[in-house]
Amino acid sequence: MTDNSNAPQGADGADSTLGETAQHVDTLEKRSQTAARLFDVRRIIGGLFVLYGVIVTIAGLFTSDADLKKAQDININLWTGIAMLILGLAFLLWLRLSPTIPPPPLEEAEASGEQRESD
Amino acid sequence: MLHLAEGLRLPTNGLDYTLLGIYFAVVLGIGFAAKRSVKTSLDFFLSGRSLPAWITGLAFVAANLGATEILGMAANGAQYGVYTVHWYWVGAVPAMVFLGLVMMPFYYRSKVRSVPEFLLHRFGPSSHLLSSVIFAVSAVLIAGVNLYALAIVLEALLGWQLWVSIVVAGFFVLAYITLGGLSSAIYTEVLQFFVILAALIPLTILGLKRVGGWSGVSDTLSGKKGEAFMTAWDGTGIGTGNPLGANWLTIVLGLGFVMGFGYWTTNFAEVQRALSAKNLSAAQRTPLIAAFPKILIPAVVVVPGLIALIMEPTIGKPGSGLDYNHAIPVLMRDLLPNGVLGIAVTGLLAAFMAGMAANISSFNTVFTNDIWAPYLKKNMPDAYYVKTARWVTVIGVLIGMGTAFIASSFSNIMNYLQTLFSFFNVPLFVVFIIGMFWKRTTPAAGFWGLLSGTVAAMINYFWFYQQGIVEIPSDQGANFVSSIVAFVVGSVVMVVVTVFTKPKPVEQLAGLVYGTTSPGVEEPPAKGDDAWYRKPAVLGWGAIILAAVCYVPFSF
Repeated sequence: MTDNSNAPQGADGADSTLGETAQHVDTLEKRSQTAARLFDVRRIIGGLFVLYGVIVTIAGLFTSDADLKKAQDININLWTGIAMLILGLAFLLWLRLSPTIPPPPLEEAEASGEQRESD
Repeated sequence: MLHLAEGLRLPTNGLDYTLLGIYFAVVLGIGFAAKRSVKTSLDFFLSGRSLPAWITGLAFVAANLGATEILGMAANGAQYGVYTVHWYWVGAVPAMVFLGLVMMPFYYRSKVRSVPEFLLHRFGPSSHLLSSVIFAVSAVLIAGVNLYALAIVLEALLGWQLWVSIVVAGFFVLAYITLGGLSSAIYTEVLQFFVILAALIPLTILGLKRVGGWSGVSDTLSGKKGEAFMTAWDGTGIGTGNPLGANWLTIVLGLGFVMGFGYWTTNFAEVQRALSAKNLSAAQRTPLIAAFPKILIPAVVVVPGLIALIMEPTIGKPGSGLDYNHAIPVLMRDLLPNGVLGIAVTGLLAAFMAGMAANISSFNTVFTNDIWAPYLKKNMPDAYYVKTARWVTVIGVLIGMGTAFIASSFSNIMNYLQTLFSFFNVPLFVVFIIGMFWKRTTPAAGFWGLLSGTVAAMINYFWFYQQGIVEIPSDQGANFVSSIVAFVVGSVVMVVVTVFTKPKPVEQLAGLVYGTTSPGVEEPPAKGDDAWYRKPAVLGWGAIILAAVCYVPFSF
């Protein structure tokens, strides 16, 4: 998880100019691994809502009369469950139709990738 | 601040707790999975500036949609009626559009990593250090206030002991931010956005059915509270009284221009989300995409507040044991069966945790990037700063938990603290707006403008208003006036100081002042970003027009 290069950064002091800061951020941006290694959040939203949708829909199928009366004669568990299920499936479908395209790996990223970070 | 209420206990069962447990597990999973993407300090602080606009946009609105905001705005709905929409349509949308269209190019192109860092380059170390320290202290204390608010709500709703909620919620936030940095904060915010909607939409639908639809709400409350209660502008003429204690001028200038712009354009907990976007176009679109849900949120937050007032007419009255903050919990108790109730509890808890996480993730960035690295431990390897940031996160959460425990015995002091820090955004906005548009503004003017504006707002609030020297009908009204005072004093001081001090050389201001461009090559627009619906101007003006149209049914 940490970087191997131990070279001092030199551009982070209060006395650095804007150009130096920008250059420093550029360097970090090139070495950044978020774009390549961060999972797609659509998978998490999709997964959670499919799971929630299934659980709540089942609760809706076995709803009691008391629950139905409390919820103004709307089977709210059933409807919310179905809606969550559809939302979850929509996110998974979106992920399938336009998957994340990882950016072309930079040489530097490849080099350090081979050394396997210490996490 | 929220208070305990007897009889607010929700009839939760195993099903509801299962849904809550799943959420906690998923959040922790996000932390662990995001950990492998953190390689540089930029990954930890700004997700490597690589996220797409829809994610940063939803995180931008969700970071603001904390539970104190949800419960608080429903409370305002029950207390002030339809006036509450001003917080959204005047108080937020124009500022969000201004951030996206006007300010974001400066923030993003200059490649600063935080709002204080922009001040460093525009004005110099004194304003930088002042704003960094105030921001860091306020972020961590407000995180504590959030945690305390969470604990009292959970005690009332679920019967959890205060310390259980504080420790459990604090631990989860600590875990996922320490592991994944901003990426896990943003991902959980996006998730929370959908969960809270899955709770609020059914709640609003059931509530509306119970009280006879929107016409039922409108007729009942117009009859009980007067016609003005259901309108946005009636009774806001200068000199006429209304429950809000504000007239159209203080609403538009105080809430809309000064407070709204101060909060949305310079509060780093918000701006940080936009800075993590993958390119300038995405950064500009972040607050603009966020503006659209923001326009519609009153329908599921303010409306339940109004419904609660009909279903529980005693709400907010002395002796009922219910205050206005309980509007949404009361509806949850009375309307939601187990299942959806679990989703609602999860949504509230998620919103509390996300609000706290936004404070903590902006705190660790400002502390490490703007205090530790430039002034205390310079020129260390990047890995050192990642490690520091993780420790700062741990310490920040621990201080927040400590604050939450202290707050449980001094809840009034915490209220004051929150008011106090709210005064800091406005002077910061003054300094930004003058510094960005007036090249001559000097470094000294930045520092003194910041300091004098903050002090002026405090004097107005704590001395003039609270000692009764100036007559303002309500706390809200006083907040609006204080921010106008801060704005005026800050600008006057800046202009005067600028006249008598030496400006920065023009060549050092490239990319920081309106009309200049930052050095370096212009990035070509990414493929697909030239589509008409992705143009910032179209989105921004679209949001403004939609907000204006939303006012129509409540204005005539």
